[in-house]
Amino acid sequence: MTAIPAPRSGGGRGGRRTNWEKWGWIYMRASGVLLVVLIFGHLFVNLMVGEGISQINFGFVAGKLANPFWQWWDVAMLWLALIHGANGMRTLVNDYVSRPKVRTALKVALVGSTAALIALGTLVVFTFDPCLGADEFPDLVLSICNA
Amino acid sequence: MTVESGGAVKAPPIETPKRGLRAPAGTLYRGTEGMWSWVLHRITGTAIYFFLLVHVLDTALIRVSPEAYNAVIGAYQTEIMGLGEVALVGAIGFHALNGLRIILIDFWGWATQHHRLLFWIVIGLWVVLMIGFTPRHLINVFSH
Repeated sequence: MTAIPAPRSGGGRGGRRTNWEKWGWIYMRASGVLLVVLIFGHLFVNLMVGEGISQINFGFVAGKLANPFWQWWDVAMLWLALIHGANGMRTLVNDYVSRPKVRTALKVALVGSTAALIALGTLVVFTFDPCLGADEFPDLVLSICNA
Repeated sequence: MTVESGGAVKAPPIETPKRGLRAPAGTLYRGTEGMWSWVLHRITGTAIYFFLLVHVLDTALIRVSPEAYNAVIGAYQTEIMGLGEVALVGAIGFHALNGLRIILIDFWGWATQHHRLLFWIVIGLWVVLMIGFTPRHLINVFSH
């Protein structure tokens, strides 16, 4: 019979190592509360105010990303949501994938895609130039760029 | 739960769910609010995750060119995608409200005991949210 370690004994690994599962558990709750505020705000401003989804185009997003408030709002959402989502998917992989090699491969894919999208999104938000392409597409960019 | 003088914890009597003959048997958990909130949390979480992967990529096109961004966002403004956005907001709304319910259950004894009532409160708030969102969004989608 397999001995089951006592609750809160660190899973029998000794109590000195960092309990990553505990920090993952805390992260899901802390990021979850922040994401409720950030994503509900994001959806309200993009889908409910004005003409909703019909108003979204290059100029709309460029206007938002010209403002440091929305830059940080979007970057916070990007990091918190991708890590929250990837950690949730890790839970599903642990629950439903029984072959160790497939499990490891899927977790490597999760870490890789999360790191790549966080790097891409953060770079886009902070290196975005609203007047990019002003010469090529004068009708599409903000009027301020053609002045 | 009440803690007695000796430090022993006395659990309240567990409600046995009323079931018909065709309901799953064997555990107290299967087939009740606890199971369905768990199932819906997993399904909505997975759906939102895959949308998020695509959404970061499509938004990144803002850095490529105005033409590329407007082309991809145009796909989100079609009638079919408009209905899909109702489903997406519905999934996000449920995942958010049920997530808050999970936090309450984790940290507050009253919520732990009344988790089934809280599930129906989540459903009620979700219905209110969707009644507020759906007509406005569909008008924006179908009037353009």
